[in-house]
Amino acid sequence: MKMPTPDAATIARRGEIIERLRAIVPGEGVIVDETELKAFDCDGLMAYKQLPMVVVLPETTEQVSQVLKACHELGVKIVPRGAGTGLSGGALPLADAVTVGLGKFNSILDIDYDNRCVVAQPGVTNRAITDAVEDEGFYYAPDPSSKIACTIGGNVAENAGGMHCLKYGLTTNNVMGVEMVLMTGEVVRLGGKHLDAGGMDLLGAVTGSEGLLGIITEVTVRILKQPDTAKALLVGFPSVEAGGECVAKIIGAGIIPGAMEMMDKMAIGAMQKFVDSGYPLDVESLLVVELDGPEAEVEHLTERVRALAESVGSTFLRVSENEDERAQFWKGRMSAFPSVGRISPDYLTMDGTIPRHRLPEVLTRMNELSAKYDLRVANVFHAGDGNLHPLILYDANQPGELDKAEAFGHDILRLCVEVGGVLSGEHGIGVEKRDLMGEMFTEDDMKQQQRLKCAFDTTGLLNPGKVYPTLHRCAELGKMHVKDGKLPFPDIPRF
Amino acid sequence: MSETFKPDTDAHVLDALEWAVSGNAKTVEVVGHGTKRGLGPVMDTDIVLDISALSGITLYEPEELMMSVRAGTPVTEIQAALDEANQMLAFEPWSPKHIYGVEGGTAGGLFASAVAGPRRPLAGSARDHMLGFHAVSGRGETFKSGGRVVKNVTGFDLSKLMSGSMGTLAVMTDVTFKVLPKAEKTRTVLVLNAKDPGAAMRAAQNSPYEVSGVAHLPAGVAARSSVSYIKDAGTSVTAIRVEGPGPSVEVRCQALRDLLADQGELEELHSHNSTTLWQEIRDVAFFAGDSQLWRVSVTPTDGPAIAEQLGADTFMDWAGGLIWVSQDAVDDANVDHVRGLLSNGHATLMRASEDVRARVPVFQPQQDGVAELMNRVRAGFDPHGILNPGRLSGQKGS
Repeated sequence: MKMPTPDAATIARRGEIIERLRAIVPGEGVIVDETELKAFDCDGLMAYKQLPMVVVLPETTEQVSQVLKACHELGVKIVPRGAGTGLSGGALPLADAVTVGLGKFNSILDIDYDNRCVVAQPGVTNRAITDAVEDEGFYYAPDPSSKIACTIGGNVAENAGGMHCLKYGLTTNNVMGVEMVLMTGEVVRLGGKHLDAGGMDLLGAVTGSEGLLGIITEVTVRILKQPDTAKALLVGFPSVEAGGECVAKIIGAGIIPGAMEMMDKMAIGAMQKFVDSGYPLDVESLLVVELDGPEAEVEHLTERVRALAESVGSTFLRVSENEDERAQFWKGRMSAFPSVGRISPDYLTMDGTIPRHRLPEVLTRMNELSAKYDLRVANVFHAGDGNLHPLILYDANQPGELDKAEAFGHDILRLCVEVGGVLSGEHGIGVEKRDLMGEMFTEDDMKQQQRLKCAFDTTGLLNPGKVYPTLHRCAELGKMHVKDGKLPFPDIPRF
Repeated sequence: MSETFKPDTDAHVLDALEWAVSGNAKTVEVVGHGTKRGLGPVMDTDIVLDISALSGITLYEPEELMMSVRAGTPVTEIQAALDEANQMLAFEPWSPKHIYGVEGGTAGGLFASAVAGPRRPLAGSARDHMLGFHAVSGRGETFKSGGRVVKNVTGFDLSKLMSGSMGTLAVMTDVTFKVLPKAEKTRTVLVLNAKDPGAAMRAAQNSPYEVSGVAHLPAGVAARSSVSYIKDAGTSVTAIRVEGPGPSVEVRCQALRDLLADQGELEELHSHNSTTLWQEIRDVAFFAGDSQLWRVSVTPTDGPAIAEQLGADTFMDWAGGLIWVSQDAVDDANVDHVRGLLSNGHATLMRASEDVRARVPVFQPQQDGVAELMNRVRAGFDPHGILNPGRLSGQKGS
């Protein structure tokens, strides 16, 4: 992975930059000591590490604004950072950049039950929003696996998903407004407690922009009332195809479960070894289907799902009898990552989305790749929306294995695109998948996307080297290639 | 009268726009069926680019909950295909029938104007359902964004930007969107003459019963419904829609009746009447005609007070978050009064005469920083401002 060459002149001005930052954020808010900087040298993509030039931890929007304004004037790059749990390297530091950590923005500013929304600072964790409102029977729906640690600002930057987004949507469907600071230090507010901002939907464009457009300093999210009841079904199948067919039948019958997760044999074994969730070991694929709503609805749908599962030859079916059992069914799936960590020294978490019905074919070809690379792969899958998380097992201490694992991962993502899917469902592109963007997009596609960045950040100082493989200067992107002025299409119907 | 070009291939769309920007910087009105020409000022452009010949459903996979169409595909054709598979556009787009007195519309127009109906608070707007698109920019270059799957964080989400851009950024040639199964059953709980309509709407919206529509019709508006229970009520009607599997709908309706028992007399509408009522609310049938029409989006709890201060014919949708206002025609459309009542949110002048729309900013003006940002975004797609110039009137960058 090649990052932009650090600018020696910027690094030479480190002292001056630190001085400027200290004038804005006093005391311990500016971190310069090498041992302390180490805490910030990577995000959840731990295969890549880089010590930041400086870390600054502002506490107010005004400070963020001043920091960006100063860096804009000095021509210094910025890497925004939430909790650093991202899996694609979006918060990977740059040697010549200031990492701006939003960890001190950790207050919930307003809980408005009447309007079903919460206004939070970006450093509040995903789970803390639900914690703050659950006594009143509300919750925040998107639930990435890292929900205890990841922050709402990071969720907006990555358009985070989770198990429940099949029914309740991704971050983008649950964010109502943001306050953000542009690279020039200018503060703008998009959206709010009303629906739809009116006109061009900048809020939608900012969500999932991976820290390339601005730094979010406040987020308004929608909260929902907890459903009355929820039940989980564990359904095992003798083949991956049968599991896939069951998913298609459920959706085809017009049922949108609260969550619908699938795992393959390798994943089931790893999870059941890690924590006893009652998973059967003699099945090739296992579904966890959660149905939520009023009791009558849950009962009704449980029977329909049961019938559909049996119609495609399920060999194992259990319905949770109570809340404890429902939690137990989920425990395995929730601990997918540590479970796999137990059976392998290292693993890479991939994240692609495919059209659901291509699943059996994709898994078959993934197994062929596994044999080719001689590396094991375990699969967990947000089956309802086709989001695949292959976990590639490798040993970083074996020379060349990381490279091999990465090459395997890239082949899996190419496969996702080939069958009509995309490179990332919820983890983002970051640096991890940056060089694969060309698999999905033409140079013109990417240039048009980068023109959006130019509108927000004309100097390209915000999180460079992430998402897009080629850095273009905005002036170059703005040039028009004027063609001959003659109307070259005499055959277009005209009136 | 501007010359109209009606390309029937993507290459022709590209040709037309390459030609328009090649030194001539011709202005271009982009239309499908032109059913939403009443939204925004009248265009006076050098040419009209009619994309309605780019038509047809290119991919529909009901079990994948997605559909891809050419941008000029009639909405009626899409609806018919969805009906056959018992699916729907869950954001419940309004038909222009009562608002503009015309029928039809294309997929491109639907998504470019970001329409949404009563199910908006539960299911989202057009922007939440658009998954990807192909387009030709105002630079005269083809590009695409998004894909055909729901979960996707691969590059910037330009679909969101296109939705609501009113054709000012690029000319879409194909659009891919999410579809959802239709509910098995629909019922509507009615509260007649609610003691506190705001509180009644809020209680329903914030209940765990997953309501899919919460509206309030003052007595004078209710009297214009074609549903006899509502027309003959003689009082205001607060309506709460419940959709889902049969047994669930019955239980939830009963729970809502218990919840709202102290608000007023309760009634229940079954399938057919429910469908009619929510179509009337969605399409603003009560305000059919040629009065001036405002669509005001606010924080839901502010809705009832603002509706009252508007002092015109109004009704509320989205549990108070959306106010439709019908008023007698005046030269300035009462723009200062209407927008002056909003501390947040936005008001769109949905219907007014051509000269009023030429004078009054149809879309809510944005605060300076956001307006400048929109300007720059627009310039990235259409540097010469050739596409639907001025269509997002009120917003810089248009």
